[in-house]
Amino acid sequence: MADGDWDGPTVALRARARAKRFRLVSLEKDYDMPKRVLLGLLLACGLAAPALAQEPKTGGVINAVIQPEPPGLMLAQVQNGPTQMVSGNIFEGLLRYSPKLDPLPELAESWSVSEDAKTYTFKLKKGVTWHDGKPFTAADVLFSIEMLKQTHARARTNLAQVDKVETPDDHTVVFTLKQPFGPFLGIFEVGSMPMVPKHLYAGTDWKTNPYNNAPIGTGPFMFKEWQKGSFIRLVKNPNYHEKGKPYLDEIYWQIIPDAAARSVAYETGKVDVLPGGSVENFDVPRLSKLKDTCVTGAGWEFFSPLAWLWLNNRQGPLADKRVRQAIMYAVDRDFAKDVIWNGLGKVATGPSASTIKFYTDDVKKYPYDPANAKALLKEAGYKGEKIRLLPLAYGETWQRWGEAVKQNLQDVGMTIETIATDVAGGNQKIAEWDYDIAFTYLYQYGDPALGVGRNYISSNIAKGQMFNNVEGYSNPEIDKLFAEGAVATPDSKRKEIYEKAQKILVEDVPVAWMLELQFPTIMRCKVKNLITTGIGVNDGFKDAWLDK
Amino acid sequence: MKQFWKSMLKSPSGVIGLVILLVAISVAVFGPMLFPNSPWRMVQRPFLPPFTLSTVPLGTDALGRDIFAGMIFGARVSLLVGLVSTLAALIVGVPVGAMAGYFGGKVDDALMRFTEFFQTIPSFALAIVLVAILQPSIYSIVASIAVVSWPPVARLVRGEVLSLRTREYVQAAVVTGQSNSWIILREILPNALSPVIVLASLMVATAILLESSLSFLGLGDPNLISWGYMVGAGRTVIRQAWWITVFPGIAILISVLGLNLIGEGLNDALNPRLSREGR
Repeated sequence: MADGDWDGPTVALRARARAKRFRLVSLEKDYDMPKRVLLGLLLACGLAAPALAQEPKTGGVINAVIQPEPPGLMLAQVQNGPTQMVSGNIFEGLLRYSPKLDPLPELAESWSVSEDAKTYTFKLKKGVTWHDGKPFTAADVLFSIEMLKQTHARARTNLAQVDKVETPDDHTVVFTLKQPFGPFLGIFEVGSMPMVPKHLYAGTDWKTNPYNNAPIGTGPFMFKEWQKGSFIRLVKNPNYHEKGKPYLDEIYWQIIPDAAARSVAYETGKVDVLPGGSVENFDVPRLSKLKDTCVTGAGWEFFSPLAWLWLNNRQGPLADKRVRQAIMYAVDRDFAKDVIWNGLGKVATGPSASTIKFYTDDVKKYPYDPANAKALLKEAGYKGEKIRLLPLAYGETWQRWGEAVKQNLQDVGMTIETIATDVAGGNQKIAEWDYDIAFTYLYQYGDPALGVGRNYISSNIAKGQMFNNVEGYSNPEIDKLFAEGAVATPDSKRKEIYEKAQKILVEDVPVAWMLELQFPTIMRCKVKNLITTGIGVNDGFKDAWLDK
Repeated sequence: MKQFWKSMLKSPSGVIGLVILLVAISVAVFGPMLFPNSPWRMVQRPFLPPFTLSTVPLGTDALGRDIFAGMIFGARVSLLVGLVSTLAALIVGVPVGAMAGYFGGKVDDALMRFTEFFQTIPSFALAIVLVAILQPSIYSIVASIAVVSWPPVARLVRGEVLSLRTREYVQAAVVTGQSNSWIILREILPNALSPVIVLASLMVATAILLESSLSFLGLGDPNLISWGYMVGAGRTVIRQAWWITVFPGIAILISVLGLNLIGEGLNDALNPRLSREGR
């Protein structure tokens, strides 16, 4: 459910277009201010540049809401949305991405691409240390990749094109690809490829390593304490590798299970930041009008969350394509958008969000049409077999949506039983394929090779993991198209391939696509520079400061 | 029996309670026949205030579902849970109490320690834990309410049996060689019944409240609408739409009040001496 893994595909593509073939992409260049190269260098930490008109102030504590409580904070092993949001402060990736999805340096200070687009060389930043004081080196990168290949479904897919990874010295990492892979530069942000400390994990059982409960990263904030059900406390990393940052002393991620209480907590000043999705949609207009309150929709460019219903293709009535199509016709998605999401978002047309590269809406359309749904069910010989529906335990909005979809499906004659569950229980049921219909939303990471294909290719059917092909859809043609699309050149060829894939998928309905979601972030105006990248709140609060 | 109804109808609270209960039961039984539409169906625009449209007299909730229909279907769930879980609690509590009181000694000790074990845990907390472990469904809710509400029954029955067992007619039954179970069932329990009936009527009220509280916390059966669920679901929008929570809340209030009044009426009717002395 709620996924969260993310990758940065789009990023890669754009970067490639720009930085094509062996050009050193360092920040000064990006800033394009020839007369002020020096300033450019100073700003190399970058993102904060436009806001520097006002000098950041140091100190202060930010209280932010985290909803729901994450199941764990070890980002390399848990990728739920809330985990990414908290752990983005603790861990770091090699790169981060601007709102336009261009790559920016984080643990890698520069990178280059070879002429044949098959070798990527990253120069790591020197003087970076883990929270326990040990230095961060290329060996950690190598180890992280090994771990992620086993624990992180999306990272495994992302790295499938990598032939070998070498570390000629302590601060250089060279990736050699089997073949050119367009989105490659988009897979290095913290949620997609968090760097984990080799010295604490090598040779241990990763799943039971005690540091999973008190994670050690290189990020701007260090894990301090987690009072289950109450708050997660992070404190400033005094030895952070970007001098002067972070500006804040502490971050409290407040866990407030009740939606109304979260709104009240903001109104009474207990929290200053409501990340996207943490209050109910009908409260957004009211809270936005409060004094000293700023609202932004930015910071989701990288993710483009898309909500859908997993349909278990393996068993029962849902194994029949016509039943799955009937579900698409039966669910009133405009109602969901207008009523449940307060008009935010967009009805999805297929597996890609409209912000994703190579998106096409030239596919089979599924308007709200109960009569057609009934006819399809009849044709498929559906006789009222019981179908289990697993809503997403992410709060009122999702509960109400679950009830609405259940009613829609019952209206066309399906027998639906809602299974009540919490987040962890729901995760487990989906990962173990123990469901018929289940709500989810997943991030798309800008490029179909990174965020779309992973949910439909048959090589990603693996029990026990959540954000892969859990619906069990298997179609050799789709496998082939996504395999070709990832490595095809030029873009026009990729476009052709992905458009074909979208048409086939929308016809087959392996999952029932619902909405492209929008999550506004609500915060007090005194909180500055909270969202500076396309990764938004999930990118850590290293640039954020409080104007007291 | 005639005597009982006479005194029951003489007590004003008993009459009011009976009327309320009869109305509630008939709504629960016949309501869904008169309003066959599912209460989950989205029938009108969301957040429609009450008394604006005659088709949805009490307005609609956040999804445009008919509040009136929800209350009618909710009556069924609330009353059913109240009655069934009370029945289950009696089935456990009465035998435990009767055996403890009748046999005394070690049996009494063992059974009462067991009962106290349940009494020391706050009942609502225990109910939440049980429902959460068993997964919320109508069965787990009934079971957990029964589990937390049988100990008072056992204690009450034990006390009654303890005092009755020394009466002469019981001793006479023992002397004539009747079996223990016969004595308990035929001689003692019928005479211990009146306080149990009073307690049971109050237990139904408590069970309705417990079910509502569980549903309010989101631990209700997701496939059944109940008053507690309606209050819980509407609570987050109480500032925009008071009617979503207020009407089901009133329904809970009135039915629990009705059952309490009945309990009082029963008490008057079954213990006429006690009530007369009390006045």
